[in-house]
Amino acid sequence: MAIEFPRMPLGDWIEGGLNWLTSEYSAVTRGISRLTQTGIDGLNDALMWLPDWSLLVIIAALCWWLANVRLAIGAVAGLVLILNLGLWDPMIETLTLVVIATLVAVVIALPVGIAAALSERLYRAIMPVLDFMQTMPAFVYLIPAIPFFGIGSVSAIFATVIFSMPPAIRFTTLGIRQVPTELVEAADAYGATRGQKLFKVQLPLSLPTVMAGINQTIMLALSMVVIAAMIGADGLGSEVWRAIQRLRPGDGFEAGIAVVILAMLLDRLTQSLRKQKA
Amino acid sequence: MSDNRNVKIRVRNLSKVFGNQPKKALELRDQGLKRPEILDKTGQTLGLSNIDFDVYEGELLVIMGLSGSGKSTLIRCLNRLIDPTEGEIVIDGQNIPSLKEKELLECRRRHFSMVFQNFALFPHRTVQQNAEFGLEIRGIDAAERRETARNALKQVGLEGWEDAYPRQLSGGMQQRVGLARALANDASVLLMDEAFSALDPLIRGDMQQELLQLQHRMKKTTVFITHDLDEALSIGDRIVLLKDGEVVQIGTPEEILTKPADDYVRRFIEGVDKSRILSAESAMRKVRSTVRDTDGPRTALRKMRDHSLDSIYILDRERRLIGLIDADAASKALEEGKETVTEAMTQDFRKVTREEPLHNLFAMFSENRFPIAVVDDNQVLQGVVVKGAVLDELAQAGEH
Repeated sequence: MAIEFPRMPLGDWIEGGLNWLTSEYSAVTRGISRLTQTGIDGLNDALMWLPDWSLLVIIAALCWWLANVRLAIGAVAGLVLILNLGLWDPMIETLTLVVIATLVAVVIALPVGIAAALSERLYRAIMPVLDFMQTMPAFVYLIPAIPFFGIGSVSAIFATVIFSMPPAIRFTTLGIRQVPTELVEAADAYGATRGQKLFKVQLPLSLPTVMAGINQTIMLALSMVVIAAMIGADGLGSEVWRAIQRLRPGDGFEAGIAVVILAMLLDRLTQSLRKQKA
Repeated sequence: MSDNRNVKIRVRNLSKVFGNQPKKALELRDQGLKRPEILDKTGQTLGLSNIDFDVYEGELLVIMGLSGSGKSTLIRCLNRLIDPTEGEIVIDGQNIPSLKEKELLECRRRHFSMVFQNFALFPHRTVQQNAEFGLEIRGIDAAERRETARNALKQVGLEGWEDAYPRQLSGGMQQRVGLARALANDASVLLMDEAFSALDPLIRGDMQQELLQLQHRMKKTTVFITHDLDEALSIGDRIVLLKDGEVVQIGTPEEILTKPADDYVRRFIEGVDKSRILSAESAMRKVRSTVRDTDGPRTALRKMRDHSLDSIYILDRERRLIGLIDADAASKALEEGKETVTEAMTQDFRKVTREEPLHNLFAMFSENRFPIAVVDDNQVLQGVVVKGAVLDELAQAGEH
């Protein structure tokens, strides 16, 4: 005879917790929401205000300066295609989303990553959390995001930040831990304080690795755009989402290709930034 | 000979246990157990055990041992890159193991510069910025530290390389940067951790010579770690020999070679080319007799006969060596009725200092028949080396 265990009400607990958070901290979440929305609108308006051709020239020049002519030519070709397909505005909205999400992720990830590199205990505490954040299906984050921040871009950024932050933390930690012990010893031997050691030796030497982490974060953020569209974020994702709902593969691919172009552009740009620093 | 010199660092009863139960390991050590047994019983590694030695002001002390002897641990205990388990390390009245965090930083800045085996240069900084590092840490203003670092780079022969990055330099040059970084800092003690071990033999020899010259010029107290006995013998004023975390012998290179403390040291020194290390002092004998510059040839002849000598040194009132006269010249001078020995003396003989390596004396004997005089910096006669004594000394050293 099988013994029946009562089912553990894990879901109820989580829901209870989330509800409590939503009601107790609504002032905080509303504040964050407003701040983020202002940031999104500001950046979006600025990018939209620029005539499309001038933004195109700026991006091409940036590519040339940071990487090479080839990337600049590729960027122009890709962006002209997006413009031609009439996807310029959604592309800008997506870019805004990615930039803001990455900024927030990096601002949180750098100190956390540094702290985890310097404290073995924190490192051990934080690693499973990172695993959780990265492997939990990203859709799940959307559900609590809505009561916290409502439908729209802010919720999308919240989910995107959680999903895309782990590599930035991991790579920062890795980068600092990879600094050769002899160099850390050298800093110590000359009487460097923790701060001097960090800013004069550990951080500069881990910069290429940190940049690789940020690159990963950007890529993950981009991969979230379609999912973000489900809770009302504008941009290329919502074009794809609309195409799915209307069963129009042509439109879907067009928007999808625009995402790919944006992704390649951001990837190459950040990578060349990394090589320059290295 | 060193007893009257100032002690810069005093190390007493220094021990280091690697592991989480150091007390237990030290108890077993006090019961007479050795490193392998302690490791077996407790899982603790006894890195250093009861180390006692002094570093004198201005000397170049070599700490020498094979890998696993604890020499790297020892040098890192001095500036507490590794925390010792027990014991004291006193520098200018400060006991380093009991310093608090802030005092320790201050102590490191003031007292220690370090040169590392694999250079440990900062790859993101130029040669100049590397050399400035210690000064920057101490908060010296930019203009002054640029000047000081520039001078240090000049001293190690790297003028004109200020803006290069370490990866653009050869190994030898990289280590010069390491040395410049240490010198620029002007700390009172220079710690060198296998500083030349990663260099190829030719460069290494050059660097050793340059270090000796620098050391001679600056009289900087230096603790030099090496696993290479030849290196230890050729640069060290004194050597601390380590084995399995314990001191086996402390002494000058000559003492180590001629009076090895035990079989371990004896086996160790078997491969060494002894004539390179032994100095004129070791083969020096007391001078049996001398004459004054005011003495006549007759006195010189009598003294030579009494002490069965072929020639005799002539000294002035301050016992400074001014010449030599042999029996033939003295007889001739007597016949010619000369008043003093100085009228018939010769300068055709060799003078060396106590430190002259023994192997240099061979060549001198082959070009000159007279004994070699050993004098100090003021030309005062200290002793004499005859050909037979050199060979004797080498033969004896070889027997050990």
